[in-house]
Amino acid sequence: MKNLLTIKAALLSLIIFLFFLAIWHTATRPVVKPVAQKSEYQQLMGASDNKQDGLPSPWQVAQTIKKNLSDPFYDRGPNDKGVGLQVGYSLARVAGGFLLAAVVAIPLGFMIGMSPLLYKALNPFIQILKPISPLAWMPLALYTIKDSATSAIFVIFICSIWPMLINTAYGVASVKNEWINVARTLEVGIMRKALLVILPAAAPTIMTGMRISMGIAWLVIVAAEMLVGGTGIGYFVWNEWNNLSLNNVIFAILMIGFVGMVLDLLFGMLQRYVTYVE
Amino acid sequence: MEKAPFLIADGLSKIYPGKAGKPDLTVFEQVNFTIEKGEFVCIIGHSGCGKTTILNALAGLDTATGGHLLMDGREVSGPSLERGVVFQGHALMPWLTAKKNVEFAVRSRWPEKNQMQIDEHCQRYLSLVGLSGSEQKKPSELSGGMKQRVGIARAFSIEPKMLLLDEPFGALDALTRGNIQEELLKICAITEQTVFMITHDVDEALLLSDKILLMSNGPQARIAEIVINTLGKNRHRESLHKEPQFYAMRNHLVDFLVSRSRQFSQSPPKDYDPKNPPVVRPGELVLGEDSSGGLEPAPTDRANVVNLR
Repeated sequence: MKNLLTIKAALLSLIIFLFFLAIWHTATRPVVKPVAQKSEYQQLMGASDNKQDGLPSPWQVAQTIKKNLSDPFYDRGPNDKGVGLQVGYSLARVAGGFLLAAVVAIPLGFMIGMSPLLYKALNPFIQILKPISPLAWMPLALYTIKDSATSAIFVIFICSIWPMLINTAYGVASVKNEWINVARTLEVGIMRKALLVILPAAAPTIMTGMRISMGIAWLVIVAAEMLVGGTGIGYFVWNEWNNLSLNNVIFAILMIGFVGMVLDLLFGMLQRYVTYVE
Repeated sequence: MEKAPFLIADGLSKIYPGKAGKPDLTVFEQVNFTIEKGEFVCIIGHSGCGKTTILNALAGLDTATGGHLLMDGREVSGPSLERGVVFQGHALMPWLTAKKNVEFAVRSRWPEKNQMQIDEHCQRYLSLVGLSGSEQKKPSELSGGMKQRVGIARAFSIEPKMLLLDEPFGALDALTRGNIQEELLKICAITEQTVFMITHDVDEALLLSDKILLMSNGPQARIAEIVINTLGKNRHRESLHKEPQFYAMRNHLVDFLVSRSRQFSQSPPKDYDPKNPPVVRPGELVLGEDSSGGLEPAPTDRANVVNLR
């Protein structure tokens, strides 16, 4: 039964995809112009018949994907690197900012969750800082850090920290009283209680926060790299736009989507690992 | 010279201060009782009379507003490994297996034990509650009865001086409940455990307890009576209802819950002294003697001893 549903869904996905390709194909079909209209000037300049204007066709994009993926790690100077390298730079920045945020947010969230006083005291700051677009920090970051690469990491840090902090605090604060009472009657020490009772109890909520943070970080890195430039998938998009190579822009968009999906799947797996059934 | 009782509750009360000019709410007051070592004591009363608060005070999880609790001559202040608690909703940690749940308690009690000793200790208590073979299952894979067994094993495994049970079988079906009650009785007999238990179930109280505290209705609940179980120490589920005192006992308790608990809160008897609540032994002629003397078909001292079936 379940299998049948999966097959049906896969079929439907395929049909939707083919339909989309068909529309794309017709929309980008090269317009055949009558030869007679070619001016003398054009003939002199050797303008080719298949000169493409507008969006590339599915076939052209497929060719680009194939070309880019066949050699993803080449490095021919600052403006010509393989897409694998570019994605690698982006991932490294995201990992750096994200890990820094986790190191700060999870212990801090623990303290906020365990202490109503800290919660009340820090809540106004969190509420004000949370809705700020991470890119708004960029000028301040560039001015104080004076290094564009580190500034990008800082931007990732500042956007990843909030969901993790809030979810950790919430998860810790809403650990079931009965488990805390079990720990109390067993005279469990504070560290043991935090690590063996509160952490596993709050882990699913903390993991949800990390998953949201990772999603946001991957959204933000593209924009951040467009601003800082140099390397990364965001810079790649901007650079190809300047080259007027829409083929490569579309390829990069697909790449960003794919990597984002893989990251989310990874965190989904981690989340399943720490989730418990009551 | 008489030895002081193992546990003494002396004038316990719980008062919640009234909000915004409303009068204070006294849940219970002047609660006095004692528990001897090895005694199984049940407390019965309607919801809202503060049974759970008394149990939590004994556990050290809650504090009474007034009065004292002495265990083994020492004031009860805060939770302690000397008192094991079986919680109403089993309170197992769902991310740990049955064995790891017990292990968590054992490690807290004896941090110096090595893994082999701990394994052996956990195994002993898990098999005591009949859970051999299910050690590696998570609580979500266990039935309600099995979960509560793990809870009992966890409480017993730390070998506490006293065991506190907060209506542990309330959520179980009658069949499972009967089986676990029987096992609990057996384990308590083996370990000579001192137990304080909350229940709503008269038959459960009759089977398990040596002494039953009857609480009047709240607010201002008090211990109306202390009933000594006249069914003897050697009780079994299948033969219990054939004991001559059984219906005297049962009717006395049911009668209390149905009508007397309310009457009591409205107008307590004139000679009632909360410091020394009356001790009654329903169905027993010779007072003060060993309570096993019910073997001959003795006439009962109460008119309401009629067969209910």
